[in-house]
Amino acid sequence: MKEVLFKILENKKIAKDIYEMKLSGDTSDITRPGQFIDLKLDGFYLRRPISVCDLEGDQLTIIYKILGNGTEAMTEYPAGKTVPALSGLGNGYDTALSGSHPLLIGGGVGIPPLYLLARELRKEDKKVSVILGFNVEDEIFYLEEFKKLGCEVAVTTVDGSFGIQGFVTNAIPDEYSFFYTCGPEPMLKAVYKATKTSGQFSFEARMGCGFGACMGCSCKTLTGYKRICVDGPVMMKEEILWED
Amino acid sequence: MGRLSVNLCGIELDNPVIPASGTFGFGYQFVKFYDINCLGTFSFKGTTKEARYGNPLPRIAECEAGMLNSVGLQNPGVDEVISKEIPRMLKCFKKPVMSNVSGFSIDEYVYVCEKLDTVDAIGWHEVNISCPNVHGGGMSFGTDPKMAAEVTKAVKAVTKKPIIMKLSPNAPDIVAVAKACEDAGADGISLINTILGMRINLRNKKPILANTMGGFSGPAIFPIALRMVYQVAKAVNIPVIGMGGVSKADDVIEMMMAGATAVQVGAANVVDPLACKKIIDDLPAALDKYRINDIKDIVGGAFNG
Repeated sequence: MKEVLFKILENKKIAKDIYEMKLSGDTSDITRPGQFIDLKLDGFYLRRPISVCDLEGDQLTIIYKILGNGTEAMTEYPAGKTVPALSGLGNGYDTALSGSHPLLIGGGVGIPPLYLLARELRKEDKKVSVILGFNVEDEIFYLEEFKKLGCEVAVTTVDGSFGIQGFVTNAIPDEYSFFYTCGPEPMLKAVYKATKTSGQFSFEARMGCGFGACMGCSCKTLTGYKRICVDGPVMMKEEILWED
Repeated sequence: MGRLSVNLCGIELDNPVIPASGTFGFGYQFVKFYDINCLGTFSFKGTTKEARYGNPLPRIAECEAGMLNSVGLQNPGVDEVISKEIPRMLKCFKKPVMSNVSGFSIDEYVYVCEKLDTVDAIGWHEVNISCPNVHGGGMSFGTDPKMAAEVTKAVKAVTKKPIIMKLSPNAPDIVAVAKACEDAGADGISLINTILGMRINLRNKKPILANTMGGFSGPAIFPIALRMVYQVAKAVNIPVIGMGGVSKADDVIEMMMAGATAVQVGAANVVDPLACKKIIDDLPAALDKYRINDIKDIVGGAFNG
């Protein structure tokens, strides 16, 4: 992990409340899909942790959703502006666990880290199935991008306006070797129950420091207390302890 | 001894900058960012008798120029602090460190201080009688002068190292608490711990923090902290460590002019892991700017103003 000054190359809306930001800078500390960067925004005290969606040389892509005043302010950031960030945070997904036919399950703004993961798995020539869950059709993003990687993609929408009607759990295939997931907590809990293999979950949290010092995002697991920012955000299915 | 050095209860510090407890872990988390031996010292994570998980998530909420936390003294307990955390810290920090002790009873403060007093690496004990995030202990000892004196007396009786009592701004009369600690034998006072605060999520009408309330820190509280440091430092004859919203070299100088012998930096470490290094690097130029030769000369400089 290190402090990096990123320069914005592009920042555009790609779906309802969803923006894609392309950055250039020192990406050398990002070594695994599922890691995140922690952006310092003008006029906001705490940094904003956002997962890395794609990475190519010194360029990286993040996708964020307007969830509050900070992310709303980010939508106004022009190309050319520099943004300080802590880079290479979190443990990330482990592709070595995937087996021959991994299943990737993403919900809404939990989808972005799965894109870089899918790219890595396709590079390793794995058969990759992807389920992308949204509420309604106008929230859909990155469907074509996943298809272009050669993934088999299913889309679910809660209102049935596109793809399979219902939740991501309605689209889980019979056969897969391992799964990776990221999304809102109710979705993660449903995935936990509906899956039959081992898998990795990525969690989000309101963080303080983002690098393991403040204990602001420490959660209980079956293998002890874990800080979502450094011991996570990715955890094994077998260690998760749902608290309610 | 350089122009930044200060003496804190008989131990020389290379500079007055001290990361505050709870924002710096046991130091090693920061080694990836800089060599922490540039610090005056640091106050390690608040330690209790037993291991504590602390409060449920979310524990962090953002504020205008600051943040709330309701961590609730998460720590592995004094035995594991001594057997695992301090040895790991010693690999990267070679100066005397400040312990930070919390408790839910006088017996617990005594138990933890007595154990930590045997650790060579510790130079001072900072006794936290001001945590707003726990019930039945912590802050309740720091709001009442009589109870604060009892804790001070009890831990002094079992320790050889200097005792610094960390006070709460949530006390009705913080000067009275400070004087009670001094009378009971405290070697120093540190203040302020966080101010009790709250935020509500407008989207779901619920408090952001799972614990409803939490401790407010960051630049927004600096003037309040400064005022309390000034009042306490004027009233006592033992060293005072000033903290609360300190984020830059100028803030360090201002805190010292208000009477602080040394200064702790808390929330700034959370938003910028390099904050303390930057402050230390900036201090010589800041002293030049205000025509100060030696930082020791400014302690309490505002008293006659």
